[in-house]
Parts: sequence; C-alpha cells; structure tokens
Amino acid sequence: MNLYLFLIPLLPFAGFLVNGLLGKRLPKAVVSTVALAFPLAAFGLVARAAQAVFSGSLDLPYVETVGSWINAGPLHIDFSFALDQLTLVMLLIITGVGFLIHLYSVGYMAHEEGYWRYFSYLNLFLFFMLILVLAENYLLMFVGWEGVGLASYLLIGFYYQKKSAGDAGKKAFVVNRIGDFGFLLGMFLLLAQFGTLSFSKIGVGLAETPGLQGGILTAIALCLVVGACGKSAQIPLYVWLPDAMEGPTPVSALIHAATMVTAGVYMIARTHGIFDRSPFALAVVAIIGAGTALFAATIALVQTDIKRVLAYSTISQLGYMFLGCGVGAYSAAVFHLMTHAFFKALLFLAAGSVIHGLGGEQNLLKMGGLRKKMPVTFWTMAMGVVAIAGIPPWAGFFSKDAILYEAFQHGVLGRGLYFVGLLTALLTSFYMFRLFYLAFFGESRSDDHHHHAHESPWSMLTPLVILAILSLIGGVMGIEHFGSFLSPVLGPVADSASLPGGKNLEWTLMIVAVGIAVLGWLTARLYYGRKSERPGQVAAAVPGAYNLLVNKYWIDELYGGLIVKPLMLISQFILGWIGEGIIIRGSAWLLAGVATLLGELLRRWQSGNLRSYSAWLAAGAAALLIFAKYLTWMVR
Amino acid sequence: MDSMNGIILSLILIAPLVGAAVILLLPEKGKLPAIVALITSLFTFLCTLHLPAHFNSGAAGFQFVQEFTWIASPDIHYHVGVDGLSLWLVVLTGLLAPIGVLASWNSIKERTKVYYALFLVQQTAMLGVFVSLDLMLYYGFWELSLVPMAILIAMYGRNLTENSSPKAALRFFIYTFVPSAPLLVAILWLYAKTGSFDFATLQVAIGTHAFSTAALCWLAFAFLVAFAVKVPVLGLHGWLPDVFSEAPVAMAMVVAGKLGLYSLIRFHVGLFPVQARQAAPWMIALAAIGILYGACLALVQKDFWRVLAYGTIASLSFCTLGIYGFTLAGFDGAVLQTINEGVIGAALFVLLGALYERFGTSTIANYGGLAKKTPALANLFVITGLALVGLPLFNGFVGEFLVLSSTFTGVSKGWAAAATIGVILSAAYLLSLVQKIFYGPESQAVIAYPGKDLGFREQLVLWYLALIMLGIGICPNILLNGIESGVQQSAGYPTLSEQMKSNASSFVVIAQEVRKGGK
Repeated sequence: MNLYLFLIPLLPFAGFLVNGLLGKRLPKAVVSTVALAFPLAAFGLVARAAQAVFSGSLDLPYVETVGSWINAGPLHIDFSFALDQLTLVMLLIITGVGFLIHLYSVGYMAHEEGYWRYFSYLNLFLFFMLILVLAENYLLMFVGWEGVGLASYLLIGFYYQKKSAGDAGKKAFVVNRIGDFGFLLGMFLLLAQFGTLSFSKIGVGLAETPGLQGGILTAIALCLVVGACGKSAQIPLYVWLPDAMEGPTPVSALIHAATMVTAGVYMIARTHGIFDRSPFALAVVAIIGAGTALFAATIALVQTDIKRVLAYSTISQLGYMFLGCGVGAYSAAVFHLMTHAFFKALLFLAAGSVIHGLGGEQNLLKMGGLRKKMPVTFWTMAMGVVAIAGIPPWAGFFSKDAILYEAFQHGVLGRGLYFVGLLTALLTSFYMFRLFYLAFFGESRSDDHHHHAHESPWSMLTPLVILAILSLIGGVMGIEHFGSFLSPVLGPVADSASLPGGKNLEWTLMIVAVGIAVLGWLTARLYYGRKSERPGQVAAAVPGAYNLLVNKYWIDELYGGLIVKPLMLISQFILGWIGEGIIIRGSAWLLAGVATLLGELLRRWQSGNLRSYSAWLAAGAAALLIFAKYLTWMVR
Repeated sequence: MDSMNGIILSLILIAPLVGAAVILLLPEKGKLPAIVALITSLFTFLCTLHLPAHFNSGAAGFQFVQEFTWIASPDIHYHVGVDGLSLWLVVLTGLLAPIGVLASWNSIKERTKVYYALFLVQQTAMLGVFVSLDLMLYYGFWELSLVPMAILIAMYGRNLTENSSPKAALRFFIYTFVPSAPLLVAILWLYAKTGSFDFATLQVAIGTHAFSTAALCWLAFAFLVAFAVKVPVLGLHGWLPDVFSEAPVAMAMVVAGKLGLYSLIRFHVGLFPVQARQAAPWMIALAAIGILYGACLALVQKDFWRVLAYGTIASLSFCTLGIYGFTLAGFDGAVLQTINEGVIGAALFVLLGALYERFGTSTIANYGGLAKKTPALANLFVITGLALVGLPLFNGFVGEFLVLSSTFTGVSKGWAAAATIGVILSAAYLLSLVQKIFYGPESQAVIAYPGKDLGFREQLVLWYLALIMLGIGICPNILLNGIESGVQQSAGYPTLSEQMKSNASSFVVIAQEVRKGGK
C-alpha cells in the first residue's frame, strides 16, 4: 500500500505557491478556498494513513524514499519520509488543529491588509512542520526545523511596519539559530560516531553497541537539548516566545502553542534511544523542564496582556513536557503535547475572539464583564481554562497527572521535581482563573465606550467549539491506552500496579493534584472574582517580588547587557578600529608605500596612469618571454 | 554536437573577445554596446552549457582538451581543458556575464563602448583562468583579469568626483599585482628547472621529489599568497571593502571568490600537496576566525556595501576551510560553496544596486519601511538573504553543511564548532539589514520616494538567480557528481602513480576517503 507520504507536506506547499505568487490578484474567497483546501487535503491523506495504521494493515515504521538529496564523499542523505505511531499522532495534531486554525483565520483576518500573504505563510508553515515530523533523518528534520523558524519569523513580523513586530521576528529567528547551532553540532557528533544521520541506521548502530553509555552520547544529547531549548522556548532560550505574541493571534495559537514549539519535545522523544543511554542528559532535561515550568508560571501571575499570560503559560506547559521526557516518561510527554495542543490552541483562539470583539484590546485590566456579551467565547474558554488547570475529567488533568506521577517514581531527583511541578500546577490554576475572571466577570473596565463588544462570527466560533470538545474528551482515553499505542516507538509504559506504592499511591497523587488545582481556582476567585482591592494590596505588600515578576526577572536586560552589547562593542571597536583601522589599513599603506616607491622610479619613463600600465604590461610580457627563452637556453 | 568537444573551450574564450572587437568597431549609439555585450555573453553562456551536457563524470583526466604549441621556445602551449573542479566554475562565469550586463544596463551611461569592451575582455580572462593547463597561459589570463578590473573600477566607480574610486582601484591593483610578481618568478623558476609549463608534467615533477624541500616551500608560499589575496583570505582582505563600495555592480560581483579559490585548489593544493598540508593548520585557523570576524564586522557596518563586503569575507572563509581540511566532502563543499557564493553574491549586488540606483545612498540609516512600496524588492531580498544565511533547501546550506560537518568529523572539532557560530551571526547581520531597510516605519527618503518597484529586467534576473539557488539546494547532486569526479580523478590520474606512493600526498588521503565512502 502506498501512502504518498511526500504529498502530505507538498499539498500545503502548493497552497503556499498559489497564494504567494497569485494571491495578490485573486479575490478573497479564492484565496481562502485555496488556503483551506490544501491543508484539508493533507488532513485527508493523514486520515487515510491513520486508518491504515489502526486497521493494522501496515508494517510500521513505514518508510518512503523519494530520492537522494546529498551525495558527497562519505555523506549520503536521502529525501526519505517515515511513518510510525509517534509521527501519526503529530500529523493528526498538525493537520487537524492546523486546519481548524486556518478556518478560524478566515474570520479573524478578514479585514486585514495582506490577507493572501498571511495565508501563504500559514501554508508554508504547515509544509515545513509536516516535513519536520515526517523526516526519516536528522538533516531532513533540520529542514523542517529551520523552515518552521522561517515561517514563524515571517508571521511574527506580519505587521512589519510596527517596529516591535520586526524586532520580535528577528529575535525569534536569531535565538532559534542559537538552538540550531546546538542541533548542528549534535548532527556533526552523530556523523562522527555513527557515520549516518538516518534514525533507523542510528538505532541499529545503538543496538550493535550495548556497552556505549554516556560519554559521546551525553555530548550528542546535550547538543540536541540546546536545539530543543531554542525551538521549545525553554531556559535559557525562552526569551523569544513572549515577544512572538506580536504576530496575529491565530499564529500564536498554531505556531507558538500547538505545533512548532513542541518540536523540541518531539525531537527528544524521537531520539530517546540516545537519551536513554545518558542519565546525565536526561537529568538536565528534567531540571530544565521543571525549572522553566515554575519560572514561567511565576511571570504569568502578574502579566496584564492576555496573550502574554498565555505565552508564559505555554512556556510553562512545555516545561512539563520536558520534565516528562527527562524522567523517561516520553509517552506522557507526548500525551501532554497532544492535550496541550487542544486546550492551548483553544485558549489562544478564544483570546483572539475576545481581542477581535474588543477591537484589538489585549489588556486584561481593560476587559471585564464579557460573559454576557460573548457567551460562546465565554463557555469555550471556560473549557480551556479548566482543562489547563488540571481539573478532571478535562484533558489536561490526565496528561499532567501522568507526567507528575512518573516524576514522583523517578528517584530522588524526580521526587524533588515532582514538588516543583505541583507548585507550578497551583500557580497555573491561579493565573488561568485570574485571566478568566478578569476578562469575563465583573464590570467592563473599557475606556472605549463607543466600541461595543460583540460575539465573533461562526467561522471563528466553530473551531472554538470543536477544540472545546477535544479539550474535554481528549484525555479520557488515559495514559495507559495512549502509551501502549506509542509503545513500539517510545517503549512500554510502566504499569502503576507493579510500581512501589501501587494503585493507592497513584490515587493519592491524583487527589493531591486535583486539590491543588481547586485551591488555585478558589484563590483566584477570592482575589479576582468580584471587584476587589486585594491584588493591589498584595502587590504593594511585597514590592520587591512584584517588581521582579513584572519585569520578568530582568532577563532580557541581562542578555542585552551581557551578550548583545559586548558583542557589538567588540565588533565595533576591537575588530573595527584596531583590526580593520590599524592592522589592515596599516598593511595596505605599507604596500602602497612600496608601490609608490616603485611608481616613482617608473614615473621617470611614464605618466603613471592606469592605461599606460597596460602598455607596460604588454612590454613586460614581451620582456618576460625573452627572459624565459634565455632561461631555456641556460637549462639546455 | 560531440564534434564540438575539441574546440568548444576555444570558442568560449574567443567569443567575448570577438564581441569586444565588434563593440569597438560599432558607433557608440544608445544601448548598442550593451545589446552587443548581452548577445555575446548569452552566446558564451550557451556555449559553456555544452560542457556539463557532454561531460563524462566517469572518465579520468581533463576533457574537452585542446593543445598545440604556441611558442616553441620558451615552450609555451595553448593547452586548455576542464575537469569536475573547473566545469561548473566555467558555467558560473558564463551565467554571471549576462547578469552583469543587465545590472550595468542603466547604471553605466557614459563611455559605454569602452566599458562593455573591457567587460568582455575581463570575461575571457576569467574563463581562461579556469581552463588553462599551461602555467604561462594561466598566468597570462590571471594578469589579464586584473587589468580591466582595475581600469573599470577607476573609470566607472561610484564616487569619481571624490576620487575614492580611483583610490580603491589603485589599492586593488597594488594588492593583487604585487603578490603576482613572486608568482611569476615561481612559475619561471619551475620552468627553468623542468623546461615545461605543463600542469600535469609539473605535478609529476614535484611529486617525484625533483626539487629540494626548501625550494618547494618558497614556491608554494609564492603561489599561496598570490591566490589568498585574490580570494581574499582574512588579513589580506584590505582591498575588498573599498572595492565593494566603489566598483560598478557588474565588476564587484565577480571580483572576489572563485578565481582565487579555484587557483588555490588547482595550483596550490594540486601542485604542492605536501606544502599545502603544512600550511593547512594556519589556513584553517584563518578561515574559522575569518568567518566570525567577517560576520561580527558585518553586524556593525553603517553602509550596506560594507555589510556585503564583510559578509562576503565570512562566506568565502567557508570555502577556504573546506579546501584546507583535505577531506573529500570538504572539497566538494568548498567548490559548491564557491559557486553558491557567486550566485548569491551576484543577486545581492543586483538588489543593493537597485536600492542605490533609486535612492543614491548606501547609508543604511537613510532607509526604513521600504517593504510597503517595493514588495517585490523586499521579497527577493529576503529570499536571497535566506540563501546567504544557509537556510535548508537553499544552496548555501548544502555547501556550509558539507564544509562544517567534514571539518568537524575529519579535521578539528574546535575550529568547526567555532566556525558553526557563524550561522548565528550571519542570521543576525542579515536580518538586521532586512529590518533596517525594509521593515519598521518609513524613513524620510522612503516617504519621498515615488514608489517604483523592481522593473521587469531586474525581476527577471533575480527570480532566475533565486530559482538557481533553490535548484542547487534541492538537487545539489547535479553539481556534486561532477565536482567529486574532479577531486577523485586527481586521485586516479595515471601519471600520478608515483605521487600516490608518497604518504604525504593529499590525493592519497582523498583516495582513501573515497574508498571508505563507498562502504
């Protein structure tokens, strides 16, 4: 059976070409049709592949090689695509959620200039994202990896006349390039160790050397983690994601929440064979994950821009996924990746609906009382909020619980990080309900009384409703079923009954987690449920801590002062003035001095302009020939 | 068409000269010289395409060879031929000539006869460098390529009134001419010892230890310096920023890179493998530092020609790094990257030239928010820029990846890692440039601008180049097969059997890697 895997990315690419080249001249309806039809067709192909997988009629992994890409010396790289259970999950998320967000965009972007440009970029993003998850080797994965970065750059800078948008796009690309630097070094190390970049061949290489532990594998894993931290916005490379909110809101939903930023998690899960042999690298991943989860959640507590709260929340949730990977719970991490794609896309799109309804207002302090005016948005957002807060039976509860449970079982480090995760869960529940109460409850705090909040059109609400349903039911299959489906790729999931503590421990942890989530909710209700001075009082009581959070720990300023500024100063003064100004220029003068001296001698015979130099050249050549002839004669 | 094989290279060399003669004979009326130059260069380009169409990458030795004695004493032959190494460089030179003519179309308004005639002579000289297999013939073309360049910069530069163009021309002339003198002495010395200027003969003579080690060191050094200046390698690049700022676009796009890099591979590494290996650690260090140095300086320039100049130093350093790593994939990557740099650099010169033509300034601060008025220009600039920073599926990525990965796995992890930092810096300076020129609020100059986007002529050239960048990026094997045969055939070259026995020879190493690669 031929699945035509290569068509899955190529279809959105065709959409990109059509809209990118002709979109300006096409009517809006045609642009929308093209932009929606191609991703939908890709989704159709994915559904067909899924049917083949679920019916069991397909041997996995299923590999398709389209042709050879690079053949040079010992290096042979193919355009080859592979389908296995992990890729299938990713494909379904990307094309499914991706299509819904395309649909939403039709309404959201309807009045924007550059409508065609927006959709061509969005299709281009899908192309690269699909390549990323379908690739059978690291280099092809890197094509998608850098490509989604490009699409992200273009879409963050969509409103390019705003300086902040252009700056944010540039920052995202450059910070991601720092991650890519690590990814490249990881690939070089893999080439040095295994002589290939193919996933399956590296798997064979690993199987042939069971004694190979740590050492070079730790180096490879850590390099790859640098790449993953860039793409998945983890400490220390998370700084680009909050700024990326300059892009249109559906872009934040698709690229900066549901799909692209999960690429780092996907990459670690995909190459877990290497990580499994390096406990040190895994510990690093777990610590980065838990640290980022808590760190970002604290910043989210005090943000007033609705999209920035969600951005820090995304960073924090990605931290959970890293924590999952770091404790070897790859299935749980991917499970959370999936449920997060549902509820975070929902939250962003609902936030977009609010922003749309308020004519571009993003400040939570100027919202309020939207419950009645935007009922569908209100109810769907409620689904997203309870899902992320971890309240059963919504999706987020199951996946977050799976990660925390496995962390708890993972030695001393894991147990410590479990408590970090638990604290994060408390904060998460608090800041999400804070957002919810500020936006939808109480009285309207808007200055703009002429612009009446209105509910969004159905092209926007339909995706919200579908995602709300997915946020509700997306987790009920449970980690057992999900994990056993992925087990051929990610290894078996430990059965809780066989672990120390058994089922009782699992239930205990579950109840603790739910209790924590409810505690966060109640606290938020207490502070933000109705008009109250309490938040302001708390902030005034601890001004130091409040300032630290509002200023996001001054990390951007720190990077600017420690890295960017010094680099510019060194380039400008040490390289520019000393290197170029003194050394290079000096040697040029020296040369010129020698030449002028020679020129002075020549000037006695000639005028010294360039055209007569050519005459001299001819004369010189003749002289040389005679000289050479003389030499020949001498040699004989 | 096979019957053409024997004379095709001569045809390629003579065609531009004939065109130059025709231009000089015709009156200087309107666009006439430009039209003749365009027809000539297109014809030459078509002829160069004959080469890859009929090239046999399985065969050993040079192909399309033509040889006859030119001057009996001294023994100078007219001996031309190409192998995988030079094949695509000849095509690249052919490709860039019509683009150079189109880029000069409006910007050169006076003394067009002299301009286009010299342009075509320069064309012959560059092609001659790539196909000459007789060292004296090669040297003739090498020198010939410098003279029209210097004259064109001096006569047609951007800032003739301030006298900085003639100054840049003089600096270029001095920088390249002075090291050419020791090169000539070295070639003549070799002739005095062997009685031959023939490349293959000399290769064997040197390989069979006909000379003292000290002598070879000096010879190799003379060759190295002459070529390294022309690349330019870090430290010898003093002429480049000025030339980029002053030279007419069509000249600037061919002045750096390919001639020097090709000569390094063919005549430094090819003739003096032992000495080249001794120089390799220095060259690798210079290359890796050059990548960072160029990119850092590009980051802080206020003039866009200078951004391009320092960016070019960085990209060319990748080629040097590949050459002196002495790995097969590295050589492949270096030659491929030389071609990439030619294509991408040409596109960037056309783009920046278009900006300069419209606004009359190269100061970046005068620009801002241009994307709204000239979307095509902005899009093509971004596309070309992405190729420059090595985005995968563009040509730049393949070359950089081959060079960096082979350096890392086969030469030095430290230098390779340092050079890889270049991928971060190149993105930083390129995106900053895009940001300052095209994004953000509109500057005074841009508000005053009536808003003419790229014309048909410019779009044609730029889309064409963009397609080539993508084509090479997606199917690099089309080029790599030929290039690799050039490196491999040197290993299997029959007259080199003696040299194969010498352990230190670069080709032995390459040959070994070829065998390893087959597994």
